Amino acid sequence: MTAVTEREYEMVVGLEVHVQLKTRTKAFCSCSADFGAPPNTNVCPVCLALPGALPVLNHHAVELAVRAAIALECKVHETSVFARKNYFYPDLPKGYQISQYDKPLAEKGWLTIGELENKTPVRVGITRVHMEEDAGKSVHDRYNGVTAIDLNRAGVPLIEIVSEPDMRSSAEAGAYLRLIKQILSYAGVSDVSMEEGSLRVDANVSARLRGATKLGTKTEIKNVNSFSAVERALDSEFTRQVALLKSGGTVSQQTMLWDGARGETRPSRSKEESHDYRYFPEPDLPPLALDAEWIARVGREIPELPDARRKRLVDEYKITPPDAELLTSSAGFSEYFEAVARASLDPKGAVNWVMGEVSAAVNAAGVHLDEFAVRPADLAELLRMLRDDVVSHTAAKRIFARMVETGKPPVQVAAEEGLQKVDDDSALAGWIDEVLAENPSEAARYRAGETKLQGVLVGLVMKKSKGSADPKKVNQLLPERARGPS
Amino acid sequence: MKAQPARASAAAAKLLAGPLTECVACIREGAAIPADMVSASFDRADEVGAGKDALNIFISTDREGATESAKQLTAHLGRAEPLGNLAGVPVALKDNIATLGMPTTCGSRILEGYVSPYEATVVRRLRANGAVIVGKTNMDEFAMGSSTENSAYGPTRNPVDIRRVPGGSSGGSAAAVAAGIVRLALGSETGGSVRQPASFCGVVGVKPTYGRVSRYGLVAFGSSLDQVGVLGRTVEDASIGMEVISGCDPLDSTSADVPVPRYELEKNAGLKGLVIGKPREYFPDGLDPRIAQECERALDAYRELGATVRDVSLPHTSYSIPVYYIIAPAEASSNLARFDGVRYGLRVLSERGLNGMYEETRARGFGPEVTRRVLLGTYVLSAGYYDAYYKKAQAVRTLIAQDFRDVFASGVDVLFTPTTPTPAFELGAVKDAYEMYLSDIFTASANLAGVPAMSVPIGDAAGLPIGGQIIAPHFGESVMFRAAFGLERALAGNFVPGEQDA
Ligand SMILES: [Zn+2]
Repeated sequence: MTAVTEREYEMVVGLEVHVQLKTRTKAFCSCSADFGAPPNTNVCPVCLALPGALPVLNHHAVELAVRAAIALECKVHETSVFARKNYFYPDLPKGYQISQYDKPLAEKGWLTIGELENKTPVRVGITRVHMEEDAGKSVHDRYNGVTAIDLNRAGVPLIEIVSEPDMRSSAEAGAYLRLIKQILSYAGVSDVSMEEGSLRVDANVSARLRGATKLGTKTEIKNVNSFSAVERALDSEFTRQVALLKSGGTVSQQTMLWDGARGETRPSRSKEESHDYRYFPEPDLPPLALDAEWIARVGREIPELPDARRKRLVDEYKITPPDAELLTSSAGFSEYFEAVARASLDPKGAVNWVMGEVSAAVNAAGVHLDEFAVRPADLAELLRMLRDDVVSHTAAKRIFARMVETGKPPVQVAAEEGLQKVDDDSALAGWIDEVLAENPSEAARYRAGETKLQGVLVGLVMKKSKGSADPKKVNQLLPERARGPS
Repeated sequence: MKAQPARASAAAAKLLAGPLTECVACIREGAAIPADMVSASFDRADEVGAGKDALNIFISTDREGATESAKQLTAHLGRAEPLGNLAGVPVALKDNIATLGMPTTCGSRILEGYVSPYEATVVRRLRANGAVIVGKTNMDEFAMGSSTENSAYGPTRNPVDIRRVPGGSSGGSAAAVAAGIVRLALGSETGGSVRQPASFCGVVGVKPTYGRVSRYGLVAFGSSLDQVGVLGRTVEDASIGMEVISGCDPLDSTSADVPVPRYELEKNAGLKGLVIGKPREYFPDGLDPRIAQECERALDAYRELGATVRDVSLPHTSYSIPVYYIIAPAEASSNLARFDGVRYGLRVLSERGLNGMYEETRARGFGPEVTRRVLLGTYVLSAGYYDAYYKKAQAVRTLIAQDFRDVFASGVDVLFTPTTPTPAFELGAVKDAYEMYLSDIFTASANLAGVPAMSVPIGDAAGLPIGGQIIAPHFGESVMFRAAFGLERALAGNFVPGEQDA
C-alpha cells in the first residue's frame, strides 16, 4: 500500500467576509461611523443600548448593501428580515447583534477568479449577502488587570458575504479576496481596508482525498488580518488537517486562531462553536421591504466594475490589456489614470507615469490616492510640458518629485527650480543667431525657402542651449531671426 | 428635615378632583396656577403615602422638578402660543418610561438609582402639552406581573381596599389615579398591564393600537406586544391623554404613520346603530357571577342606547395565554440581556471573572418572576425547541389576529367583554405563577392581535370595582372611545371611582 501523500488531498475553502459599509452614520442610530475618534465619543442611547432606546434603520446602508449584492451577481430579495443573534459579550451592548438570519438581503451570487492570473477561470458561488451591525471593541492592554470597552464601533453597518466552498487552494482564496475587495471598492460600497478593520475574513477549510465528492470536516480560522495571512493560515491549517487524516485521526469541527508570529493555527479556547445564538426576528424593526423598481435602479447606478473598466480602457485609450489590468487593480488608480489621460491626451504617457512614478510615490508616502499631493490635472500638465518639450525627461522627474513634496503645479515648480526651458527672447535670439552664423549654408537654404530645415536648425539651437531653450519659442523666433533685422 | 411646603388651596384640591378640561381651562384663564395643582397633587400623595396604611404608589417623586416646571408654565402664560391640552395637569408615569431628572428603575434592583440621560417620546409629548410630571409609579418588575407584588420596592395597595392588590403591572399608575393624586397617569401594556389594574382600581385604562404610540423610551419587555397606555379618572380624561401621546415617531420604527383623530369629539356621538359584539369565549360557564351580572347590565345599557348586541365568536381565544407566555418571555429574554452589569445599573463583581459578573449581577438584580420568564424565554428560543414553541406560537398568533379581523369584517364595530375574570384579590392571595397568569386571560389577545382595547368601570362586587372591556379594530380608537363614552354615561352613578377610600 502506498503512503497517502499531501498531494493526494485537496483543500476545500469557503470564506466569510465582513465588510464595513461606507456610510456617514451607524446602521441604527445617527452617530458618526468614523474610524479613529477618541473612545466612546460616537455613542448615543441607541448604540449604548440604554433602556428604552430603539433602532432605526439607516437607508443609505441598505442602498450600499444592495449595491454590493448586485455587484456580486446576487438576487436581492424584496423582503428580508432582521434577526437578533443573542450572546453575551461586554462589547455587545444589547446582548444581541442585529443581523439577518433565515431571510437575508440577497442570495445566490457568484464571481469569477483566475482571469487576473491568466489561469482557467474559477467560478465561486456567493451563498448570501446579509446586513448586520458591528460590535464594540474590547481593549485588554490599556489598563492593568481590567478590560476597557470602546463602543464607537458598536452599530456600524456591515455586510457579511458568505461564499460557497468552491475554492481549492490558498491562492484561489487570495484571488477571491482581492477580487471581492476590488469589486466593492469600485462599487463604492466600502473602504475595504483590513488595516482599519473595514474588511475582515473568517476562513472555513477542510481536506479531502482528491476525487472525493463528500466534504471533509471543516475548521473555521479566525484572527487573520491580511490577505497573505489568510493564505498562509489556510496552508498551515490544511497541512495540519492532512497530517491528522494521514495518521488515521479525524478533524474535529472547531474554531482555530491564526498565530501569525508562530505561523500556525491553534484551537480557540472560547466555546464559540457550541454557542446557541437563539436567533429570532427582530421585533423592533419591520421586515425590510424593497421595491423591485428601486432595486433595479440601484443596480443601474452601480459605478463601472473592474471587468467592464478593463475592457473599456483598452478600447478607449488603446492601451495594452496587461496595462489595463495593472491600472484597474485599484479603482482609484484607474480613475486617476483616466483623468490624466483625458487632460493630457497622452494615454501611453499616463500609463507609464501612473503605474511608475505615481504608484511608487503613493506607496512611499503611505497615503490614499485621493490624499496624494499631485492631482491628475497637474500631472497631465507635466505630461503636456514633456510632450511640448518645455521640459526634459530628467527635469520632469525632478519636477514631479517637488510636486509630491509641495503639491504645487508643475509650471510653478519648473520656474522656481530653474528647470523650465529658457524662453527669454534675447537669450534665444542670441543662440539662434550663433547657429545661423555657424551654419551658413543651411541658413542660406533655409532663407531661400527650404522650410524643412527648420527642424534641423531648431535642434542645433536646442543643442547649443544644452536643452534649456524652449523649442516652441525657438520655432517661432527662427524665421524672423533668419530674415535678419528689418 | 426639609420644611413642608404650604398646603395647596382647597380650590386647587377641588380642581384636581374634577375633570381635566376644567383644570386646563382654569389654568389657561389664569383662574388657577400650575404650582397650586402640583401642591394639591403632592398633598394627596403625602396623605395616602404615610403611615402603616401607605399605598406605596411611587418609586420616586420629584416635587422640586414639578414645582419648577409649574413655574415655567406660569411664566409661559400670556405668550403667543397657547398652553397645550394638559396645561398644568399633574401626571404620574410608570417607572419603566425613561424620564429626565428622576430614576427609571422598572421596579427592579438591577436599575436601582439609574437615571436615564434621555427622555421617552411620550414624556416629551406630555411636557410639550403642559403636563407636569410628579413622580414615577410602582410596578411589577420589568412589567412582569398582574398585581404589582413583583416590585423590588414593595407591593402597592389598592386605594379601594388596602388589603387588596391594585392589579398590575401598572398598579402604581392605576392606584395614583384611583387615589386622586393625579387625574392622568401613563402605564404600559404587554398583556393587559393597563386594563387589568384599571379594572381592579375602578378607573379607565386604555391600550392603543400597536404602533399608535411611540415606544421610544419605554423599557422593552415584549417588543412586539408593548404599548404605552393611559389611566384616567374618566373616559374623557383618558381620551385627552391618549390624543396627546399618540402619533408617529421617527425614533420608533414600529410606530405607524396614521393620522390621530380627536378622540374627545366622540363624547356626544351617540351609539345608535352601533353593533356591539359579545364574544362567547369571553363569557365562559365558570365566569364569576358578579362579573357576568355587571357585564349583562352594561350590555343592556348598550341596547337602551340604540346599539345592537350580537353574539360572536373568536375561536382561537383559548390559545392566547399559552401563546402570550411563549412570545412575551422569548422577547423579554433578549430585551433583558442588556442588563449585564457592564454599562449601567447594578454590577456585582465576582472572582469567577466575566461570566461570574454576569451571573451574580443578574441573579441579584432580577427578582424570581423576571428570572423565571428569562429562563422560559431562553428555553423556547433554543435550538431544537424554537420550531415547537416560538415558531408555533407565532403561527397561532396570526390566527388570533385573524379572529379579530374576521369579526370586525362581519359588521361588528366593537367587542364588549369583561376585563378580568375576578375583582381585585388580596395581597399574597395568588401564589401560583400560572394562576396569576390567568389574570390576563381576557386582555392578552388584544396585545397579540395589536388591536386597541380599554377598560371602563361598569359596576362593583361588594364595593370592589369591575371593569368592562371594549375592543376595537386596528386604529379604531375613535369608535372605541365612542362606545366607552356612551357606556360611562349610561352607567353613571353605579360606581364612582376613587370615592371608596375617602
Ligand atoms: Zn448611536
